[in-house]
Amino acid sequence: MSDVTTDTSNIKAEASSTATTPKNDDVILEIANISVSFDGFKALNDLSMKFMRNELRCIIGPNGAGKTTMMDCITGKTRPDEGTCTFNNTVDLSLLTEAEIALVGIGRKFQKPTIFESHTVFENLELAMKTDKTVFFSLFAVVDDVMRDRISDTLKKVNLGEHADQLAGRLSHGQKQWLEIGMLLMQDPQLLLLDEPVAGMTDDETERTGELFNSLKGKHSLVVVEHDMDFVAQLKSMVTVLDQGAMLCEGEMAAVQADPRVIEVYLGR
Amino acid sequence: MSNARTPFVVRFFSATGRTGWIALVLFALLTIVAVPVCHLMFQEGDALFISTFYVTLIGKIMCYAIVAVAMDLIWGYAGVLSLAQGLFFALGGYAFGMYLMRSIGLDGVYQSHLPDFMVFLDWKEYPWFWAFTDSFVYSIFLAIAAPGLLAFIFGFFVFRSRVKGVYFAIISQAMLYAFLLLFFMNNTGFGGNNGFTDFKRILGYDITSPEMRATLFALSSATLMFALIFGRYVVTSKYGRILTAIRDAEMRVMFLGYNPLWYKLFIWTVAAIICGIAGALYVPQVGIINPSEMATANSIEIAIWAAIGGRGTLVGPAIGAFVVNLSKSWFTVAFPEYWLYFLGLLFVLVTLLLPQGLVGLYQQLRARSTR
Repeated sequence: MSDVTTDTSNIKAEASSTATTPKNDDVILEIANISVSFDGFKALNDLSMKFMRNELRCIIGPNGAGKTTMMDCITGKTRPDEGTCTFNNTVDLSLLTEAEIALVGIGRKFQKPTIFESHTVFENLELAMKTDKTVFFSLFAVVDDVMRDRISDTLKKVNLGEHADQLAGRLSHGQKQWLEIGMLLMQDPQLLLLDEPVAGMTDDETERTGELFNSLKGKHSLVVVEHDMDFVAQLKSMVTVLDQGAMLCEGEMAAVQADPRVIEVYLGR
Repeated sequence: MSNARTPFVVRFFSATGRTGWIALVLFALLTIVAVPVCHLMFQEGDALFISTFYVTLIGKIMCYAIVAVAMDLIWGYAGVLSLAQGLFFALGGYAFGMYLMRSIGLDGVYQSHLPDFMVFLDWKEYPWFWAFTDSFVYSIFLAIAAPGLLAFIFGFFVFRSRVKGVYFAIISQAMLYAFLLLFFMNNTGFGGNNGFTDFKRILGYDITSPEMRATLFALSSATLMFALIFGRYVVTSKYGRILTAIRDAEMRVMFLGYNPLWYKLFIWTVAAIICGIAGALYVPQVGIINPSEMATANSIEIAIWAAIGGRGTLVGPAIGAFVVNLSKSWFTVAFPEYWLYFLGLLFVLVTLLLPQGLVGLYQQLRARSTR
């Protein structure tokens, strides 16, 4: 047991030592030539990408373009057949488990909201909080006032202030999405990967989510995969278009939308 | 509300709420005071006399209830259906049984310092794994260490491979069956299919004396109550919340930075140790341990106790163990052929009509009456 704890604390130390001098022109994550195939189907085909520190980046693309697979590769859920993902220029993510990748500072929201339905909203955030995550610590842990304040701050940010004691399973779909985003914020990650964060939200909820993301810009790096073009436009960020496991083009939303190749993959075929 | 400055001991015991403590105190008065007094102070024929038969029966069921609490920790809270709890129970029983065998001394049939079954096999000395088992303290340690170590090693590899659900149940049952076959063999050194029996004494005291029976009875009760208090602390701690989170959305837990391997392994090992202690208390009360305790049906029955009582409630499975075993002892006398049909029917009805078990039914009725 001690092996793993020391392992992850090393990683944490490494990550925070690089984080002491955060510059916005730093590369936070570099994906280099990754390929993944499932039973002969190439989900990712020699994909390379760079994400900068404190940048908000949107990724769009038709179904099967490899957006979710890319996130799986970064977070350790899927191991790429070839290529590497490097975090903070030093950490080779392919050597780490899912839990260790989370500890170095990468948070992920799933496409389908994944929360702890039989816990209260408050408890969901408590479990997500950045802290010692070993069994020993958890057995003796107590929620103190500092944590309580952090949790209620986050509850306000994701508009769940009135639902703290409600069972998470009884939230609406949009609220579950928010709760999961709140859980990511509690982790205080350097990089947030958000897979379709506004799916199933009302227009009003979508707009408030956009405001939340815009407010996070500059404090965290965000990568947002989304189908909702109005939402992407609201974020006013760089947009990367994926198609058939490779990058198609990159640029401002307006420029991307005018690109004939993008129009073709969305409307053609 | 406890905070960071509350001493651990206070937090540990206050995890059990007021209703829980009232129930525990009543249970303690009944089992640690009333039953021993009635058994020791009254004679056959007195109205308040409790016979050896009932002291042994209830003592035995309390050991089963301890196992049921352990089953709830691993199944009800961690969502890991184990069909091997009977193995850990039996290992604890065998470990303490080794001490009981050696305490027979020269009073065996063959008047040898070796147990009769070893004389029968023409063995001249104890095999290595019987070393130090003449020590009471060591055999208690062994009753904890043997199931704990086996569970830790098995659990480490199985949880690391992320084996879950029905696959885990099958693999745990396969391990149970392998040990059943191993313990059936005479050469293994545990008495083959006869196991251990004919115990004479514990620490020099006659094992069949009313005083000893009353002591073992009270010890079983104390252990059951401690298991409930300990279990309540664990499931209400942050660790317990992570455990149920793993049960509901393991992926999310992993991506929050927790390694589910250690979380599952801890409760799995603890549950095995609790079963081992229950086994060590069980064997001197029933006077025999043999491989039939490792039969697959026994371990499945443990899961049935938990389901009938109500999973994820701790006290429910203990109640389930009482309900099933009391009806079993009545049924097997009144309608011996129909017991298994009745058990099967009970299980099906509870699963269909009371998914939360008996405790869930009680909670529903109470919620309805207060409304």
